[in-house]
Amino acid sequence: MNWAETVRTSWFAIASHKMRSALTVLGILIGIAAVILTVGLGLGTQKDVSSQISALGSNLLIVSPGSSTSSSGVRAGFGTGSTLTRADAEALGSKVNAPDIAGVDAEKSSSQELTAGSTNWTTTVVGATPSYLSVRGRSLQSGTFITAKQNSDQASVVVLGSETATELFGFTNVVGQTVTIDSQDFQVIGVLASSGSNATSNLDDTAIVPLSTMAANLVGGSQANSVSTVYLKAKSADALPAAYQEAKSVLLIRHNIATGGTADFTVSSQDSLVSTATSVARTLTILLTGIAALSLLVGGIGVMNIMLVSVTERTREIGLRKALGAPPGAIRNQFLVEAGTLGLTGGVIGAALGIVAALTLPGVIGSPIEVSGLAIGLSLVVAIGIGLVFGVYPATRAARLAPIDALRTE
Amino acid sequence: MAQASALPVFRAPGSGEPVIRLAAARKTYKTGSIEFEALRGVDLDIDDGEYVAVVGPSGSGKSTIMNILGCLDTLTSGSYLLAGENVEELDEAELAAVRGRRIGFVFQQFHLLASLSAWRNVELPMVYAGVPRDERRERAVAALERVGLGDRLDNKPGQLSGGQQQRVAVARALVTEPTMILADEPTGNLDSHSTDEVLGLFDELHASGRTIVLITHEQDVAARARRVVHVRDGRIQSEEVRA
Repeated sequence: MNWAETVRTSWFAIASHKMRSALTVLGILIGIAAVILTVGLGLGTQKDVSSQISALGSNLLIVSPGSSTSSSGVRAGFGTGSTLTRADAEALGSKVNAPDIAGVDAEKSSSQELTAGSTNWTTTVVGATPSYLSVRGRSLQSGTFITAKQNSDQASVVVLGSETATELFGFTNVVGQTVTIDSQDFQVIGVLASSGSNATSNLDDTAIVPLSTMAANLVGGSQANSVSTVYLKAKSADALPAAYQEAKSVLLIRHNIATGGTADFTVSSQDSLVSTATSVARTLTILLTGIAALSLLVGGIGVMNIMLVSVTERTREIGLRKALGAPPGAIRNQFLVEAGTLGLTGGVIGAALGIVAALTLPGVIGSPIEVSGLAIGLSLVVAIGIGLVFGVYPATRAARLAPIDALRTE
Repeated sequence: MAQASALPVFRAPGSGEPVIRLAAARKTYKTGSIEFEALRGVDLDIDDGEYVAVVGPSGSGKSTIMNILGCLDTLTSGSYLLAGENVEELDEAELAAVRGRRIGFVFQQFHLLASLSAWRNVELPMVYAGVPRDERRERAVAALERVGLGDRLDNKPGQLSGGQQQRVAVARALVTEPTMILADEPTGNLDSHSTDEVLGLFDELHASGRTIVLITHEQDVAARARRVVHVRDGRIQSEEVRA
């Protein structure tokens, strides 16, 4: 008996048990669609989180004052601001000692009250260098950014985040207006384009002033030369590890810390932030996938049920086919093709439904759903596998029955 | 199986030699620790073209003889030659091939597949015998016409009467040109009119030279055969041959 005949025989069997075939397909279909949707939802969230973090700036290294975490989990002196200076930042910009660092932006931030006319708004005022835009991956909505001359002249100019501008003035077209910070007048020279908010801070609610102005006029005193964070931009993603090493060794030498000693600064990368956040999202994906796998298993047990009933009620058919000359292999192949076809059909329809839902649902529920080729491929394999395992195993047993016993089954 | 190796000769049907030779056939069934001897040494030769009825009360062993003759079961000891082929030496796949080629079954319960039309049911043994598709359809139609159901080709079993269903089964039994038609209580589920129809069909088939073995417990059904073998307690008790 060749395969064409086997396929034809199996097709007759499927077509003549429409209800049972439809239920089998339905069970697999729901499981597959659920897997694709839930895995997609998890992956979509994961991608969403990492893209929000990437919005902070690409190829970024962040140098913060303070030592690394102690064994008790306490970060000694972290962020207190005395160990990192503007001179450190200038040294990191050296093309000789740190060739893989393309840009340096030293920042000093503090929370200040801004006043425009009669409106008050408290926000984070950041003293930054002209390289802020390129290092942090930001752009301007209008106006200009702080120039090198304005930075060296300690000019009283400010660039506002779009949200800060809206809070103070009610609109964002505010270039040329005046804002009062700590009783000093600052001229608004530009407004940042919106970059969206992330989980920890609102990147659109900020005010940028020249670092020198910040140091001389807003915080000053013993803290004048210290900076709160130095942002480094590596030449490329590939150069990030090299840039990390260079930043570390430059600062260790400047701070006279011997190799192996406890550093009084911390260099962290965008990557480490991303990996922390994505590991959370990945946990979510695993959880969702687990639930989906359970639903697929339940679907599979349903299929097994239907297939077992089908084999039991068809034992006489198997006996008859054997009496009419069907070798055991032909019986097994018939059920193999039958179950495989049902599994594949359920898998394909389920995958199609899952993809359609993944493309349409985000517009309704507002969460991104990422269609994963791997999830689709794997679930199709599982679908066919369910059909084969749960369909063929009982059939093989039936095929081994003595034909006379199978025929006598009532 | 000393007897088995003694007779390896192939005999073509119609050569005058028996197409069926059952020698010292014994069959023991075991259910747990209980053994039941269904056949206790049966010798039976059936020649080509014979119409034989195997008769006996229930429990006599006639169903076991039917299963053995139909290659649906194997002997505990003894030998069974079908058209010169020692069936006891065949594996399961070879047995299936022998059943498909040599034997046409007619069962009491008809055993038609409810989902297939009459001609598809008749086609079934030819599918497993590897007959090409066009030829299968042609031969199935011819066989159904032969049993008087040329106008019921596309009816499913459920749309046919019991007598018609059994005639479909007869068509299926003869479509492969088997060495022997083996009928197990073929009229057990039929009314007297249908019984006459089916038995009339067997008479015609016998007249055209077919070998028919009929298993039954009804004397009037057995009376249609030319030779009647009475079985009791796993042995052949007596035989009668009619003119």
